[in-house]
Amino acid sequence: MENNVVLTMRGISMTFPGVKALDNVDFTLRKGEIHALMGENGAGKSTLIKCLTGINAFEAGEIHVDGIDGAVVNHSTLDAQNKGISTVYQEVNLCPNLSVAENLFIGREPLTRFGAIDWKTMVKKSQKIVDDLDMKVDVTQNLEEYSLAMQQMIAIARAVDMDCKVLILDEPTSSLDDNEVEKLFVLMRRLRDQGVGIIFVTHFLEQVYAVCDRITVLRNGQLVGEYPIADLPRVKLVAAMMGKDFDDLAAIKTDDAKDFSDAPVEIDAKGLSHAGTIKPFDLVIHKGEVVGLTGLLGSGRSELARVIYGADKAQTGTLKVDGKEVKINAPIDAMQLGMGLLPDDRKAEGIIEDLSIRENIILALQAKRGMFKLLSASEQNRIADEYIKVLQIKTPSRETLIKQLSGGNQQKVILGRWLATDPDFLILDEPTRGIDVGTKTEIQKLVLQLAGEGKSIIFISSEIEEMLRTCSKMEVLRDGAKVGEITENLTQENVMKAIAGGGSDE
Amino acid sequence: MKRTKMNSNTLLLFITIALFIVMYAAGCIIYGSKGFSHFQTFLNILITNSGLLCVACGMTCVMLTGGIDISVGALIAMDCMFLAVGIDRWGWNPILLCVLVLVIGLVFGFVQGFLVGYLEIQPFIVSMAGMFFARGMTAVICTDQVSISSGWFKDIAGIKLYMPFNIGAYTNSKGVLQVPYIRVHVVIALIVLIVIFLMLRYTKFGRSLYAVGGNETSAKMMGLDVKKTKLKAYMLSSFVCSIGGICYCMNTLTGSVQQATGLEMDAISSAVIGGTLLTGGVGNVIGSFFGVLINGTISTLVKTNGKLLSSWSNIAVAALLCFFIVLQSIFALLKERRK
Amino acid sequence: MSNMKKLTSKRLFLPIFCMILVMVVNIFYDVANGNFALNFFTISIRNGVLYGRLIDVLNRGSEVAILAIGMTLVVSSSAGTDISVGSVMSLSACMCCMLLAGYGVSSTNDLAVPLVVGILGGILIACVCGCFNGFLVAYLGVQPMVATLILYSAARAIGLLLCNNLIVYVRNDAYKFFGGYLGFIPTPIVIAAICIAVMAILLKKTALGLYVQSVGINKKASRIAGLNSSRIILICYIICGLCAGIAGIVSSSRIYSADSNNIGLNYEMDAILAVALGGNSLGGGKFSLAGSIIGAYTIQAITTTMYAMGVSTSVAPVFKAIIVIIIVSIQATPFREYLRKRSAQKAAVKGVQ
Repeated sequence: MENNVVLTMRGISMTFPGVKALDNVDFTLRKGEIHALMGENGAGKSTLIKCLTGINAFEAGEIHVDGIDGAVVNHSTLDAQNKGISTVYQEVNLCPNLSVAENLFIGREPLTRFGAIDWKTMVKKSQKIVDDLDMKVDVTQNLEEYSLAMQQMIAIARAVDMDCKVLILDEPTSSLDDNEVEKLFVLMRRLRDQGVGIIFVTHFLEQVYAVCDRITVLRNGQLVGEYPIADLPRVKLVAAMMGKDFDDLAAIKTDDAKDFSDAPVEIDAKGLSHAGTIKPFDLVIHKGEVVGLTGLLGSGRSELARVIYGADKAQTGTLKVDGKEVKINAPIDAMQLGMGLLPDDRKAEGIIEDLSIRENIILALQAKRGMFKLLSASEQNRIADEYIKVLQIKTPSRETLIKQLSGGNQQKVILGRWLATDPDFLILDEPTRGIDVGTKTEIQKLVLQLAGEGKSIIFISSEIEEMLRTCSKMEVLRDGAKVGEITENLTQENVMKAIAGGGSDE
Repeated sequence: MKRTKMNSNTLLLFITIALFIVMYAAGCIIYGSKGFSHFQTFLNILITNSGLLCVACGMTCVMLTGGIDISVGALIAMDCMFLAVGIDRWGWNPILLCVLVLVIGLVFGFVQGFLVGYLEIQPFIVSMAGMFFARGMTAVICTDQVSISSGWFKDIAGIKLYMPFNIGAYTNSKGVLQVPYIRVHVVIALIVLIVIFLMLRYTKFGRSLYAVGGNETSAKMMGLDVKKTKLKAYMLSSFVCSIGGICYCMNTLTGSVQQATGLEMDAISSAVIGGTLLTGGVGNVIGSFFGVLINGTISTLVKTNGKLLSSWSNIAVAALLCFFIVLQSIFALLKERRK
Repeated sequence: MSNMKKLTSKRLFLPIFCMILVMVVNIFYDVANGNFALNFFTISIRNGVLYGRLIDVLNRGSEVAILAIGMTLVVSSSAGTDISVGSVMSLSACMCCMLLAGYGVSSTNDLAVPLVVGILGGILIACVCGCFNGFLVAYLGVQPMVATLILYSAARAIGLLLCNNLIVYVRNDAYKFFGGYLGFIPTPIVIAAICIAVMAILLKKTALGLYVQSVGINKKASRIAGLNSSRIILICYIICGLCAGIAGIVSSSRIYSADSNNIGLNYEMDAILAVALGGNSLGGGKFSLAGSIIGAYTIQAITTTMYAMGVSTSVAPVFKAIIVIIIVSIQATPFREYLRKRSAQKAAVKGVQ
């Protein structure tokens, strides 16, 4: 072990049912460094973190922590904490209803001679902790009185005061504004200088370059590599995360994009926005056009689509569908206008897990028809059978519960749900995530086929390649705003440059 | 630097105290001629509600964890019946009976707490079953109305503790000086109140109740044993409730199957009116104390009026409860929106 | 072994098993007492009406069966229970009797208003109660049990006010009919059958069942798929109120009076128990109306059996409470996980051998 190494993970492997989540991954963290852990969705970042903190059990590999002899296996986050590995999540894991001082000391409160909690000492000690970190906090106030950023910093202060050697920051900046992020960075740098090893998980590229010393990239559960920050410019980082060698990028190119400017306009959005998730944007989609929304995770690509669909209500701006101005208050309004949304979080927002495939397929159509116009049993069966056949859903019967299907087949069922409503405009958010290659291709073909029938489609994916194959126009998003539109020269290189944004000229 | 901002929780408590003062003052003005303004009226509220005060303290602790315990009324009935039958029919030693009552309370709470904490069954279902169990057991002990007619349990219950220095004393129409008094069970209830107040503020267990109610996952992450905390909370509730049962029995000196029906409702509404959040994590027994006082004031007002039906006090309490529940959820919605 | 497992995993296994168990207990009890073994099942006609313990179960179980219909929907859609149904029954009875007798009248033989007005009045106020509960739950996000706690305590008191603190008697044959006999069949059985049939048709002919289950299983996904989750939850509570109203009138018609303090007492417990016994998870989601109905009659069978064995009315809750705890404990996730782990360990041991 090198002298200044605080944490080494060697050959970590683990499988979820059917998926190799981590395959022989190595990770090294040194004293006094901020180490970014990067990768797209499903790359294995959070699984690796969970193996380290004892939430998941790994199957092979070893973890060594500085100062502890032998391999370390944690069985709970508490276990990890006691060994000096603390985690601060985006969702702050403190109690909002208690004072800052208590949050810093709960479970290890200073006691008086009589065994009662010594509030005076506790307040004094906690005030010193926060003052030492230059945080302007009155520790007697309740935690909920402070901003999320401050709460996170308090969580970090707690971790640091409990002698942590390894501090894991899991997407801490997702809901912070620039000013707050800067404050957090000041704190991070300060801790780094004190010798704490920090693992920083984020999907904001700017932030990685602003604060990190080193980057480890994962992809599909495998280690891509560990790089000092200076050796990995932005575009190369994006390429590493997405799995393309930068030099090969020119190789893939789509056919000349069709020109849709003459086609009738299906969707015309002006200045739509939703506070905290997406800044005002304009978007025009023609009939029969497939528009790709691209950007890294958290860039606002899903949120943009959700605002159009009314899943998050638009707070500003106007929306015209088929040339008519419309008001969408809830998804059902959008559906009546012929829209459909296949959400990215299949489990939370897609499937109704305890219902059968048949019920899942007809749900949206039934909702559109209203409660009193029940589809007859034979109609339901016909529709279900039709889409099971068209989409080649592998299932013993249409009455099988959807939760018993594989991810890919579940996705097809949800797709079938929307096709059954015969939409004019379909939003597909990560339709191919966690799906095998064969099915991916099927879905891509289907998208093109639907577009050929004159339906307009928004297609969102982390895989640029598949978007290049299907989309005729790409909208680029970064940090919750639409920053560009690529209509010509749709190549991987161009798109990646646009995603990476400023500084990509290096 | 001290609390300069008024957060929504202190606001709720403030509303409660203001409400009590307004209500009581209004009572004094309207029913002053009927003796409402005498200090003794206030003390009577304490005397009749000493059992409720204990129960409300225990209920507050359970509600802090985000749970609820509706078995308390039935448990009190069971305690009273056990005491009454034990003293009056079996001739047992009252002290032994009181100890037994407390032990029964602990066991009862242990079972409920285990089901809630370790089997993760909804608290409401558990305590509802507990309520039916206790009410049924009351009938198993005895189905008659039994009153304690003699013995030193009755003597102790009958002791009047006069206010020192004749505080609030007045001369009645016959020219006799009336010195306000309280009874032994009021003292017991107030001790319970103070002990629980100190426990909530100065012990690790007390603080972990708040932590569990504030955010269960966080509490677990910070190393607290959530299941055990819940178990202890229900044990505490049933234990304190049993103390309340003794107080209640000292006040009524009877045991009957129908006794203390709906007391759980009064305890819950007292806690809610006193600013305890139903979602857990926020609340204080001081608030619950004022909740009990409001409850008592309402029923005293209705009684003093004489013409109103007693159901009016039920309705008034339910309406207040509704008001505070709606207020709480509006605060919660606002808080969410602010984020 | 695997057949056994298949059998126990069927949805209706629990209620039917309990029902059979109760019947077996009855047979044993009768045999032990030297009675005819199938006493429980014997139906005869006395005084021109059906008579027998089974008929008694069906008759007395009507209210719980009606309540169970509404409770099933509430549990399924909102993962909570409506504990105000017993009180709402009482309120509906008071409203109905007060209208029929006139305010402040304690006993009457003649109806002050047409029967229909009284009945509709009672049912309407119950629906309003359901609406109130539903609004708190669906739109203000109050936990169902807490929201219904308000009416749990207030509804009975309001009923007392309506009756001016009296027990109002309506000694009118037209009113007695609902708790009496239709030909030779007890009317409550017929009313319960109609309610069940209407609900069954509603579930069969409209998308209500699909909507309710969908919302109960995944509220977010249902919204994306175009359902108005809040409105559906509200509808469930209104239906629950409606059922409580009907049950209240049946209950009051049996004793041709509105006894505010006793009508519907503890019925909320029976209704919740019926739903749980019917194999429905109290955590919401999929439901089986048939299960709840069988559960309701099973509970009545238990009660009737207990009375037949000489257990007093006030002691009966003890046994019911124990049954509730056993049922919910069996359903509890930690308990199931513990069993699963144990059987896995056993299997592992077997594998080694």
